[in-house]
Amino acid sequence: MHELSVAYHLVQLVTQLASQHGGGTVVALHVRLGVLCCVHREALEFCYELAAQGTCAENARLIIEEVPVEVYCSECQQQFQLQNIQKFSCPRCGKPTADIRRGKELELVSVELEDQDPLESKGDEEDSQTQQRVFS
Amino acid sequence: MSHVPRILEVRTKILKKNDELARQMRQEFLRLGVSVVNLVSSPGTGKTELLQRTLHVLLQRGFSVAAVVGDLETDNDARRLARSGAPVRQIQTHGCCHLEAHMVKQHLQGWNLSEISFLFIENIGNLVCPASWDLGESLRVALMSVTEGEDKPLKYPGLFNTADVVVITKTDLAQACEFDRQRALQNIRAVRPGVPVLETSARSGEGIPQWIEFLCQHHHRCHCSHLASARKS
Ligand SMILES: [Zn+2]
Repeated sequence: MHELSVAYHLVQLVTQLASQHGGGTVVALHVRLGVLCCVHREALEFCYELAAQGTCAENARLIIEEVPVEVYCSECQQQFQLQNIQKFSCPRCGKPTADIRRGKELELVSVELEDQDPLESKGDEEDSQTQQRVFS
Repeated sequence: MSHVPRILEVRTKILKKNDELARQMRQEFLRLGVSVVNLVSSPGTGKTELLQRTLHVLLQRGFSVAAVVGDLETDNDARRLARSGAPVRQIQTHGCCHLEAHMVKQHLQGWNLSEISFLFIENIGNLVCPASWDLGESLRVALMSVTEGEDKPLKYPGLFNTADVVVITKTDLAQACEFDRQRALQNIRAVRPGVPVLETSARSGEGIPQWIEFLCQHHHRCHCSHLASARKS
């Protein structure tokens, strides 16, 4: 299951970004998975939890967007979404095409960071939210 | 205001670290004149047999060759390959289902790469995990054997889509297992239009000259065009 390796890379990337941007807690991360990227969504979600344990991204929500495959047809000079990834040909004219424009993504799109409250230790999420409201 | 989340727009590849290292390695291989071939397949495709024969023939032709072999636990494949006389190293992944660029780099230490023409990387036997990991190779080869049936490409379009060439192996068994050659070719081309396909048998030797020729042409194309452009600049 290489999703565990992918998850470790992801956590490393995210925690590095967080510390470069003043630290804090990662509350959410947005990830894009192309249909052809060979990473299984559920497996990644499962592995992320393992990989993030004990880091500032531990309780972050992992929001995954799946990206369908899009190919370019040189005949029609147009980009099409591919319904069937077992057949790389233009849905309009049928010409085979290996020109893949989308669908191989394995990328981190954005990270949501929240500053850590110095007075509050890690508690359950609702508690920390109300506490923060009191402090503001 | 501290609890309003700050949003960092990053748009970064998750495997950036691996990709960057692989890119550096590829540049280095190109500079040193090494053609690096990454072999990917399911277990039991006959990767090791094909590689054994390939090393043997290339050595006979006067090329210097080397191989690194990814293996989950054992070193059987590496030992078998070392019999060819080529330097072979094993990368034990201890359960990890794919090779990553840093593992390859680490296992090249001490080899004088500038004296090597072909470096083969035998990846871990599976058709999903190795797909996402760039190892700095200049040629990625997807192998499928006639014994696995014709549908492999349809089951693993993601991996076949990253292949620069597809090699069908064990063609000596094609008749015995009623391999439908036309359908196999059709399936390969459906998921990867235009990809070159070679048909080989490491046992009978069928298709081996074509495979060797393909490798030599690749080597020539990579390094002669590189030298030409280096001379110009
Ligand atoms: Zn078209």
